[in-house]
Amino acid sequence: MKLLKINNMWKSFGDLEVIRDISLEVEQGQVTAVIGPSGSGKSTLLRCATLLDKMDSGELIYLGRHAATTGADGKAVYAEKEELRKIRSYFGLVFQNFNLFPHYSVMKNIIDAPMTVQKKSREEAYRIGRELLSRMGLSDKENAYPYQLSGGQQQRVSIARALALHPKILFFDEPTSALDPELTGEILKVIRDLAAEHMTMVIVTHEMNFARDVADHVVFMNDGVIVEQGRPDEVIDHPKQERTKAFLNKLEK
Amino acid sequence: MAWSVILTKLGEGMLVSIEIFALTLLLSLPLGLIVTFGRMSGNFLLRNLVKLYITIMRGTPLMLQLMAVYYGPYLLFHLNISGEYRFVAVIIGFVLNYAAYFAEIYRAGIESMPVGQYEAAKLLGYSKAQTFGRIILPQVIRRILPPVTNEVITLVKDTSLAQVISVSEMFLAASAIASKETSFLPLLAAGIFYYVFNYIVAFVMERIEKKLSYYR
Repeated sequence: MKLLKINNMWKSFGDLEVIRDISLEVEQGQVTAVIGPSGSGKSTLLRCATLLDKMDSGELIYLGRHAATTGADGKAVYAEKEELRKIRSYFGLVFQNFNLFPHYSVMKNIIDAPMTVQKKSREEAYRIGRELLSRMGLSDKENAYPYQLSGGQQQRVSIARALALHPKILFFDEPTSALDPELTGEILKVIRDLAAEHMTMVIVTHEMNFARDVADHVVFMNDGVIVEQGRPDEVIDHPKQERTKAFLNKLEK
Repeated sequence: MAWSVILTKLGEGMLVSIEIFALTLLLSLPLGLIVTFGRMSGNFLLRNLVKLYITIMRGTPLMLQLMAVYYGPYLLFHLNISGEYRFVAVIIGFVLNYAAYFAEIYRAGIESMPVGQYEAAKLLGYSKAQTFGRIILPQVIRRILPPVTNEVITLVKDTSLAQVISVSEMFLAASAIASKETSFLPLLAAGIFYYVFNYIVAFVMERIEKKLSYYR
């Protein structure tokens, strides 16, 4: 089943075309890695897909529900506020720099949205929170505040915060880029575990080995277009396009 | 004048000063938030009207504003003003003035919040009101506490301006007795009153700041 369909997405900032006619599909249970040089439009694609930015034209469909359709003038027309709210509950996003709520404890960061947005009872929310913290190996940090945690721990809390709402798709925007190199491993392990549980994920990443390991589908972007996509052994190990080869070669050096 | 009379008069003045202080804070702190919303509104007309109001409040003397509120209704519209209106006029003048200052402090605090906090809240499904009330405002309050403390301390001293429309607050009471008795003591008493008052204000605000500094 297709959880997400992006059709012919275009997005400009002023004169700069950042996304040029991108179409992408995400299957249930599939892990998609989006790779490419900085400035290639990966993050903008993610921001448009998660409704943080509005695309100029194109279609965005989650589980058959249209978040945006193409209007008569070719511009994207977004759904009503209430429909967008509903669609927003289908996905979660893990930010590069965590964006935890600093005035909330670790537990409160995780359970506040289930309680205030999904109206779950305190007991139910705590049960979900405890279970997620134990999965993240952070059971002893329940009452800590974000500033007391390492970057890797903060990122695990933010993954738990997103999972607490039971999203159908989880997006990651360079989840290890803000971390010290020795801390990236713990985040990659968490994502691997989620992949093993068949969590549907779309991950923008610079970690090529990780993408090869965990992704079912790799998308290589450059200058706002998808240059090539396919299985990791196709795109990363045997790229067909010159641009992809050049990018991967540069990384190895 | 007997000592007991002097003390009673000073005590009455003191109570008036405290009343002006308390009522002004109670009303201008929340009003300032409403003013901020207007100042940050997407509506061009509303935003600029509020901006004009703020520039007038900050750009003219509070003393003049108090006189305008008190004498304005009579001088402009020939309305009869009663004696009770005197104190009401003081409160209106102070609240309008301080709300403008608080509004600008709130705005600076709100605009200093990183956009990532809004985006995280949006992704988690919080409504705009929930985002502001649960995520933004609590953090803003901590950030703006030091400038708010400054304003509150200024307010304690500004209460003495109420004398321009003959409200017998601490300062007017003290200077009246001082000239009648040709004594410096009443003025000294007034000075000590303001000092102690502000000492308490600073102490309380510091306690609140400490209480809110459980996170970074």
